[in-house]
Amino acid sequence: MPDPIDKRPPRRWHIAVFLAPAVLVYSAIMIFPLFATLNLSLYTADGQNQVFAGLDNFRTLFGDPRWSESFWNAFKNNAWFFLIHMLVQNPLGVILAAILSHPALRFSAFYRTAIFIPTILSFVIVGFAWKLILSPVWGIAPDMLGAIGLKSLYAPWLGKEAYALTTLSLISVWQFVGIPMMLIYAALLSIPDEVLEAAECDGITGISAFWKIKLPLILPSIGIISILTFVANFNAFDLIYAAQGALAGPDFSTDILGTLLYRTFFGFQLQLGDPNMGSTIATAMFGIILIGVCIYLFGVQTRLRRYQF
Amino acid sequence: MNMARQNWSNTFAAHAALITYTLIALFPVFVILINSFKTRKAIFREPLALPGADSFSTIGYETVLKQGDFFLYFQNSLIVTVVSLFLVLLFGAMAAFALAEYRFKGNMLMGLYLALGIMIPIRIGTVAILQLMVASGLVNTLTALILVYTAQGLPLAVFILSEFMKQVSDDLKDAGRIDGLSEYRIFFVLVLPLVRPAMATVAVFNMIPIWNDLWFPLILAPAEETKTLTLGSQVFIGQFVTDWNAVLSALSMAILPVLVLYVIFSRQLIRGITSGAVK
Repeated sequence: MPDPIDKRPPRRWHIAVFLAPAVLVYSAIMIFPLFATLNLSLYTADGQNQVFAGLDNFRTLFGDPRWSESFWNAFKNNAWFFLIHMLVQNPLGVILAAILSHPALRFSAFYRTAIFIPTILSFVIVGFAWKLILSPVWGIAPDMLGAIGLKSLYAPWLGKEAYALTTLSLISVWQFVGIPMMLIYAALLSIPDEVLEAAECDGITGISAFWKIKLPLILPSIGIISILTFVANFNAFDLIYAAQGALAGPDFSTDILGTLLYRTFFGFQLQLGDPNMGSTIATAMFGIILIGVCIYLFGVQTRLRRYQF
Repeated sequence: MNMARQNWSNTFAAHAALITYTLIALFPVFVILINSFKTRKAIFREPLALPGADSFSTIGYETVLKQGDFFLYFQNSLIVTVVSLFLVLLFGAMAAFALAEYRFKGNMLMGLYLALGIMIPIRIGTVAILQLMVASGLVNTLTALILVYTAQGLPLAVFILSEFMKQVSDDLKDAGRIDGLSEYRIFFVLVLPLVRPAMATVAVFNMIPIWNDLWFPLILAPAEETKTLTLGSQVFIGQFVTDWNAVLSALSMAILPVLVLYVIFSRQLIRGITSGAVK
């Protein structure tokens, strides 16, 4: 008669061993600080001590005119930054991918590799390179516009409050257009030939094949790209910092949530760093990103029809 | 006949559009690189001309090498990137194997927990990360950066790798078990070599953001000895703003290593992205 204890499966320690390093590092460096930051936003510093303050920091952030003005300014700029990416970067990526995915096109590997190059460069390189090119001192931009007779259109875009943010957004688009291009390209390649041939038999070719067949099939990829763009844009920082400095000039016209968080938390020039207010802004960013991701997961993704081939 | 002509003009339009955009993409890099090899006068007189016999100069590079410790910065970046990638791959593959191979209580939950970090950027927790690093004495060490980048890379690595590990044949693993291999040996000897292509994809995905990051080096390790190349060039350029030769040379020196790496790995990277690893 078998011993009943033998029936129990042995403890499988190896599962724990396999999981432990990843779970430990991830929990200690990512999840724990995330919640600690959210928690810090509920406290204020009183000398050396942290005093529980409830939602006071949020009242300051949204109620105190000085704070709320810079927060909403950064939020508004950030929304514009995102809008430009959605209106320029993603459509441009789709167009480039649609051209590239044409089966008879030659040199497509070369184009793909070349167009992706800006994406691999650091924000520091991109920020300064464009700053130099657009600079009135060096004169490349005005001279090139002059060569096609449009010199009057030139302005020191990065130095003007009205244009600086849009210019920086377009620089960022220039840098990252490779990512939507690649993802859409992959989605277009995965459409089976039979589908396209069947459409061709029905007389749908060329541009109308793109609108009627391909575009509906790549909508899920466009959805993913949109949410990736949203998350990346709402915690962007590097490009603005590299090109305009932490003060996000001229006169805070390029200030976004990332630069506001940096200045608040770390301090800059005359402003002292404030970890609690920094955490409050970080919490607000967390909320914004969470809302965006939820809208995508529950509002958009469930409505997109996915096709399995 | 008509059809053929239309086809030809379509091809022409496609190439024209792609060439135009390729020029836009490469132009700034090209301008920076050629001007870094010119004299100050030539930079301003003819910014678009290639360096010639009388305009060639390496004065900018000399300033950069004299003033900034670029080899140290480069070494720091290399250490941080390589060690973080190694840890992301090792820890990520181990966790992915546990999730893909074994059925245990909480498997789903653990998978969801680890996937949280794909959508939530690690930067949100910066305030507490800095406090943690201050408390553990890791500020201004490369270890701090390595830990942060490892944590940042793990969620996507676990997600991608576990998708691939589910495809490894069970027969192979069971054969190993019958031969008396331990679970560890099955993982390291049998499974790991089979998911090498997926590991390469994860590596190239993580490499670029780690190498280019400015935020964490600025906050966690701004000391001279621990500056990464990205932070080092940012600070250097900020100080030498009016010395155009030095600025252009510093930019070129920051561009070149990435460009070389990209040329080596571009096929892998593009194949990785287009293989639908990110769905």
